[in-house]
Amino acid sequence: MKTTIKIFAFVLLAGLASAFTYKTTVAGYKVGDIATDFSLKNIDSKKVALKDFKDAKGYIVIFTCNHCPYAQAYEDRIVALDKKYKKLGYPVIAINPNNPEKQKEDSFDLMKVKAKEKGFTFPYLLDEGQKVYPQYGATKTPHVYVLQKTPKGNVVKYIGAIDDNYGDETAVKQKYVQNAVDALLKNKEVSVKETKAIGCSIKA
Amino acid sequence: MKNFLSLFAIILLVSCNKKEENPAPRPLKTYTEGNVSVNSYTFSGLEHFLKKDNDTTYVVNFWATWCVPCVEELPHFEKLNATYKDKKVKVLLVSIDFPKMAESKLLPFIKNNNLKSEVVLLNDPDANSWINKVDPTWSGAIPATVIYKKEKRQFYEKAFTYEELEAEVNKFL
Repeated sequence: MKTTIKIFAFVLLAGLASAFTYKTTVAGYKVGDIATDFSLKNIDSKKVALKDFKDAKGYIVIFTCNHCPYAQAYEDRIVALDKKYKKLGYPVIAINPNNPEKQKEDSFDLMKVKAKEKGFTFPYLLDEGQKVYPQYGATKTPHVYVLQKTPKGNVVKYIGAIDDNYGDETAVKQKYVQNAVDALLKNKEVSVKETKAIGCSIKA
Repeated sequence: MKNFLSLFAIILLVSCNKKEENPAPRPLKTYTEGNVSVNSYTFSGLEHFLKKDNDTTYVVNFWATWCVPCVEELPHFEKLNATYKDKKVKVLLVSIDFPKMAESKLLPFIKNNNLKSEVVLLNDPDANSWINKVDPTWSGAIPATVIYKKEKRQFYEKAFTYEELEAEVNKFL
């Protein structure tokens, strides 16, 4: 009987401990998680969802915005990613997670201006009400999630930076996102699954 | 000979004294405009400022001139630096502005806002290599702050009010 009580107490404690651990971990996806789909307003005012891309093998989801200098430094590289990988089945889906009321340069109208100016070839969506980015766990712009479409859903395969040099594209040594997508296209394991980058905190 | 020996002893003493506090690393570059001067470092240089081993409490804030929440909290760090000067608290503002904008943006910002705390510029674009060395829980978003004294250390990925900042610093005093 004593043992039963002990076991019971142990299970209870373990349960409590794990409940607290769960609470303190940072919300958002880890590599291997299934990413949620969404339906967000594109700059042409039409809604865009991941499931709309019937032929896609996966997605390069990038939380980015107009105002952040780090995001700006990567604009051309994001366009290049879409150019290269859309036809291979991995389109770029850009999402502005910022609340335009907090950051005026990230308004819907200025998103249109930015997309036109920089020749965006991909959807540039507004996370209205700032509901999608917390599910992904994005904390800053730019922040990339490479997803692979599988029968189970869209599996997160890479989280982090586009490459290892925000300041100088010509000095880049590691193209993290390209390497990840290239590996997925060859049915290989992504070697660098997670990186960190400096970015502008998301203004919700 | 005796003179020589005592000279040698003095040199030895002086160099030993200096050893107590590691010398500041050589900056990558020094940007100067009028009486405002900022040294830039790679992360290995900056680490010197993150690991000082003395009885001062260091408040190291990562910011940039273009980061609105960072700029909003800067006055709190300035006030802290001035108010707690006699209590061995030192603020270091680590700018991660783009180095190419150091002269056009950072130096004028320091001058116009009359910043009194020490400012250094971190010039190390491979952020993935050093973010975890600042703190493993840092996502890379700014503002971010480290407060430390000797081995005691706390990291914050948030913007502070003055009251919050003061309360955190007081835990170190």
